[in-house]
Amino acid sequence: MLGIGFAARFAALLLALLASATALAQDKVLRTVPHSNLAVLDPIWTTAYMSRNHGYMIYDTLFGTDEKSQIKPQMVDSWTESPDHRLWTFKLRKGLEFHDGKPVTGEDVVASISRWSKRDSMGQVLATFIERMDAPAPDTFRMFLREPCGFVLEALGKPSANVPFIMPKRIADTDAFKQIEEHIGSGPYVFKRDEFKPGAIAVYTRNPKYVPRKEPPSGTTGSKQVYVDRVEWILALRDAQTQVIALQKGEIDMIERVPFEQIVPLRADKTIELVKKDPTGFQYIGRFNHLHPPFNNVKVRRAAIAAFDQEAFLKAQIGVKDLYRTCPSMYTCGTTYATPVGSEIQSKSNMRKAQALLKESGYDGTTVVILKPTDIATINKLPDVGAQLLRQAGFKVDVQAMDWQTMVGRRTKKDPPDKGGWNLFFTAFVAPDMWNPIANFGLNGACEKAWQGWPCDARLEELRSQFAHSTDEAAKRKIAEQLQARGFEIGTHAPVGEYVAPAAVRKGVRGLVTGPGDFYWGIRKD
Amino acid sequence: MLPFIARRLAATIPVLAIVAVLVFLLLRLTPGDPAAILAGDAANVEQIAKIRAGLGLDRSIPVQFAIWLGQMLSGDLGESFYFKMKVTDLIGQRIEPTLALAAVTIVIAVLVAVPLGVLAAWRFGGWLDRALMGFSVLGFSVPVFVLAYILIWVVSLKLGWLPVQGYRRIADGFLPFLRHLILPSITLSVIYIALIARVTRAAVLDTLGEDYIRTARAKGLSESRVLVRHALANAAVPIATVIGLGIALLIGGVVVTESVYAIPGLGRLTVDAVLARDFPTIQGVILLFSFTYVLVNLLVDLSYVFFDPRIRY
Repeated sequence: MLGIGFAARFAALLLALLASATALAQDKVLRTVPHSNLAVLDPIWTTAYMSRNHGYMIYDTLFGTDEKSQIKPQMVDSWTESPDHRLWTFKLRKGLEFHDGKPVTGEDVVASISRWSKRDSMGQVLATFIERMDAPAPDTFRMFLREPCGFVLEALGKPSANVPFIMPKRIADTDAFKQIEEHIGSGPYVFKRDEFKPGAIAVYTRNPKYVPRKEPPSGTTGSKQVYVDRVEWILALRDAQTQVIALQKGEIDMIERVPFEQIVPLRADKTIELVKKDPTGFQYIGRFNHLHPPFNNVKVRRAAIAAFDQEAFLKAQIGVKDLYRTCPSMYTCGTTYATPVGSEIQSKSNMRKAQALLKESGYDGTTVVILKPTDIATINKLPDVGAQLLRQAGFKVDVQAMDWQTMVGRRTKKDPPDKGGWNLFFTAFVAPDMWNPIANFGLNGACEKAWQGWPCDARLEELRSQFAHSTDEAAKRKIAEQLQARGFEIGTHAPVGEYVAPAAVRKGVRGLVTGPGDFYWGIRKD
Repeated sequence: MLPFIARRLAATIPVLAIVAVLVFLLLRLTPGDPAAILAGDAANVEQIAKIRAGLGLDRSIPVQFAIWLGQMLSGDLGESFYFKMKVTDLIGQRIEPTLALAAVTIVIAVLVAVPLGVLAAWRFGGWLDRALMGFSVLGFSVPVFVLAYILIWVVSLKLGWLPVQGYRRIADGFLPFLRHLILPSITLSVIYIALIARVTRAAVLDTLGEDYIRTARAKGLSESRVLVRHALANAAVPIATVIGLGIALLIGGVVVTESVYAIPGLGRLTVDAVLARDFPTIQGVILLFSFTYVLVNLLVDLSYVFFDPRIRY
């Protein structure tokens, strides 16, 4: 008997081991290299894109933006707008649940929107319209506005930082200027806090309770169905060359953004596929410091814009023809408000015109200090191209090389350039950060409160206010055109071209969602 | 010897204090604003100022120093600005890969370099000696990252013998641990093999000309016994010194190797902390490195007693 019992127990143990081994073998793990390091786990506290991407893994949003930049409901099932446009009532979808098993309620939404609107630029504008919010039923929340607002849905469905992610009330009640400690959402993945090693790895597992929408995935809208059991962000793998070799060898499945110099060799590799998952891509801009000479003179700024030939920037920085495009708009091309109106100063300009404009401006030879971040491969050539074009136009230029973080700190300084300040820097923004007048950092003319460069223009602010108040789409487009024309007229900044950054995946990894960001739902791994 | 050890350990206190003050001041003088980095690209000046205040960076430097000193004296290295973790916990997470990499590297370097150096000295002027000298020049000249890429390409991609990147803890199994460490350790050890082999060759060459070597040979001892028991043993002090220095220098060397091979160790942490101007983490890691440096030097000094009984402390 003892022998039979032992044999039975042994067989059972063996079966259990086999079953667990099979389960492990069936676990689909997607190993991927994100575009940067993940440090801040609170996507409301920072505008860092990595924190935003982390947010999309674990949280869901009320509305989303599809690949054609259209706002669609996500957690929201239905909504109504009162005839006077001042009361918005939203009903949540059935079955929405946080990772801790608690249902998503209107109170969670109200607390989340309140916290988000204290940090996000668009949220702050929306907050000026909101008189109060409440949750009359567990699945309902209402927004009472002081006056009609033309961008309620655009704000709630904005796809880029800061995204209005919905968190449990107890977490969303955290002071907006303090980072949250708990990371519980109702999104498609669950964050494995115990496996998170900053700078090494971040792990997410499939949320079995997630209730996807029926519509196909598109941008941040539609079904967020997950087809892998686990996603591992390999944060330690930062060396571009090693990333590519690891992908070729199959140690990782995906590189979120491939360095441009690796595009050509990867295209020749039959085991790898390059996917343009974000066709709207990024917009490059050159930002002037409006506080100090010579760019405190509008004519000098316009001369610089006239000198900035977009093709020159893009050829030098990207080099791969099908990955870049010139764009005569301050709103990202291919999106709703993109227009060439008012852009003639740049789009129909040439170096002779720039030289003439500079002469007219009375430019006195003040040196232009350009900040050059040497360690960011996607933008580090722009300052050199900009400097050369400015020199050809007749400017005196000093390109100061530094690491990105030094530049980020320095560009917040309002001191004169010879006392640690600056005149010009170049950077890139993802399309949603530039695609409408409220989100567009460059077109904010609110002086001290504007984004770095601090343009101060009452007309710009008046037009932005008109846009915010307008509920008519045709009128909004008209205002957006006027705003852009004003932007070029006073030279808020110079758009210097656009690009897309493809992801590289191994053959067998498919279903990458197209849209403005890096999303991990819908991905299948054979 | 105990009073010597006590004196040397006590001497580490002012050394660490000087390092701590210098690092604190240098970091505050370095351009770059941790608050602006944390806030993200789109943050405005007002938001950045609030984050700066939250980190305590709006206070004067003497006040910041006093707070930090108070924390240090109570054994607290503070909290990372960037990772929102205790610096001690962060270092705890990252120390194993670095120690493992350093240990395997030193073992490979010593096992290869010392015999090579002895043989080169023994066959002074011969092909082995010339080959070793040539290898040394190459070892010193080839940058670590170039060697790393060559090894990855050949061994991992073309031959498929070893993984390209990553680290496995020893607790996850000795074989995976070793498989992930072989390439980084070989990469890192090449320069130390070159250094230790050259010093060994020179030291053994010196001793081979001594009278006691001639006596040993005259007594009829085998050449291997002469080389190991008499020549190498008497050349051990400079070799131990250079190995000790090598261990200390390794701390710097791991930065590049860890980055190329995606090893989440202290080297990579240092790079991340510097890039993010994460002052508490940089201060903590540099203090640890300084302490390690002092400790290794002490151990090297103590090893002299073992190699040369004439030395007394």
